Amino acid sequence: MADVKKIATRDSYGDALVEFGAVYQDILVLDADLSTATKTAKFKKKFPDRHINCGIAECNMMSVAAGLASTGKIVFASSFAMFAAGRAFEQVRNSIGYPHLNVKIGATHAGLSVGEDGATHQCCEDIGLMCTIPGMVIINPADDIEARAAVEAAIKYNGPVYLRFGRLPVSVINDKPDYHFEIGRGIELASGKDVTIIATGLMVPEALKAKEILAAEGINARIVNIHTIKPIDREIIAKAAKETGAIVTAEEHNIIGGLGSAVCEVVAEECPVPVVRVGVEDAFGKSGTATAVLEYYGLTAENIAKKAKKAISLKK
Amino acid sequence: MDATVKKELSATAVNIRKHALEAVYSAKSGHPGGSLSIADVLAYLYFKEMNIDPKNPKWDERDRFVLSKGHCAPALYSALALKGYFPIDEIKHFRSLGHMLQGHPDMKGVPGVDMSTGSLGQGISAACGIALSAKLSDKSYRTYTILGDGELEEGQVWEAAMFAAQYKLDNLCAYVDNNGLQIDGNIEDVMSPLPIPGKFKEFGWNVIEINGHDLDEIEMAYSQAKTVKGKPTVIVAHSVKGKGVSFMENKAEWHGTAPNDEQYALALKELDDALAKLEVE
Repeated sequence: MADVKKIATRDSYGDALVEFGAVYQDILVLDADLSTATKTAKFKKKFPDRHINCGIAECNMMSVAAGLASTGKIVFASSFAMFAAGRAFEQVRNSIGYPHLNVKIGATHAGLSVGEDGATHQCCEDIGLMCTIPGMVIINPADDIEARAAVEAAIKYNGPVYLRFGRLPVSVINDKPDYHFEIGRGIELASGKDVTIIATGLMVPEALKAKEILAAEGINARIVNIHTIKPIDREIIAKAAKETGAIVTAEEHNIIGGLGSAVCEVVAEECPVPVVRVGVEDAFGKSGTATAVLEYYGLTAENIAKKAKKAISLKK
Repeated sequence: MDATVKKELSATAVNIRKHALEAVYSAKSGHPGGSLSIADVLAYLYFKEMNIDPKNPKWDERDRFVLSKGHCAPALYSALALKGYFPIDEIKHFRSLGHMLQGHPDMKGVPGVDMSTGSLGQGISAACGIALSAKLSDKSYRTYTILGDGELEEGQVWEAAMFAAQYKLDNLCAYVDNNGLQIDGNIEDVMSPLPIPGKFKEFGWNVIEINGHDLDEIEMAYSQAKTVKGKPTVIVAHSVKGKGVSFMENKAEWHGTAPNDEQYALALKELDDALAKLEVE
């Protein structure tokens, strides 16, 4: 996997808005004074009249988005994940979620990989927060191709969607002719029989690397990419539990309330097998370069491989 | 205002009060005080001002109304039912499981409700979005919203106030029901939002102060709002919480308490007397 192209999914978001903004005239993009960081500035440059800067006022932005959506607009409301899902949680819940309005929350700078800004801006709670809102779709794309596909799918879906993007350039892994994105449908990236690594977002490439590490030790790991945390693909998870008997989850999020929790819920109900979770272990982040911080919290291929062996050892 | 129209609107306002109390009495919960204080302005908006069609509640060109102080849903539901959006019989099933009239307005379930509200401060922001959409799409509909004075304590209101001025939403008309009371007591004692007109003025709004129970002043204010270009208008209406029912007037304890049998009978009698008096005028 040497020399693969790396693109931050926030850039993919900005590019997709420009691409689909030309097709769908009803798309409006809202931002809260972070358009150069969230990359909605790209859309603003192309469609200045359809880009609404709401200033540093995320709560108002979410309710304004709801009002716009109530008149038939397709609204993207953008900020950092911390402020979109965190600060404005109640507006997202009551103004957008309860009336099931057609607002797409474009949350960038999610997870730890914001890096240097530190704990106040790193958000490892957003998936958990959004998961609790009835009817909310949550998509955490792994790379540029998936991020663009997610934006397109969100536009075609009528209802609220939380889109989670990152700041760190990540490897493009989905550049295959048969790549197909469908909301709620996980993707088996590699077959395997001994254990399944279920990953999301930037942990997907790490999961693929972990497969190579495990292969060197004679372990054949299945790799599943779950881009949609909600509604989650119960079928692919239950199948993995049944056929490989052990699961590791990997996410750039608190292991509480994120992918790991969602997978455990499915496994416990459909086919109980050991699940070991890799992610942020109920902690706040720290300042540092993105890669240093990810390594510090164990969000690496090596740690996934280690936890995979633990999961296998827990098999009955 | 034409005397006949005024008389009709006055009667409608009394009927809104009667049904709002019926709702709260039937549910044995709800918010009578603030519902009674906005009955006059609702009568004016729904029966004189707004360009709406109860037979076509989702009509694209309709004027929009957002009850930012969503807890006063009993008054809104009464206005909607009287206007013909749904049968008046629904009122007695307010807050009752299996029926459509939720404790706070639900746009998905109730014809005529343009935005779900209830969590204070959010309705005015949504109204800004609706008004902005008209600007962007070159539509001529207007957007109306009613806030409580206690609601002004929510920071989001002032985020929205900045937004409306920034985007020159002259098609938005907000109305602050300044009855001076909130659940815990006088607004000045709890967390004073005063002076209300000055604050909005400094935020770049056109401000009109009126008596919220005077239909002529209400009409004058909404008419003037339409002539102002480049800025949003707020009507700051001095009103009486519990208006129309003597023992509920100016009492914070009637913010969120349902009347018992005896109190309900007494209130209805007062309102029926008011209707009878209008008839002989």
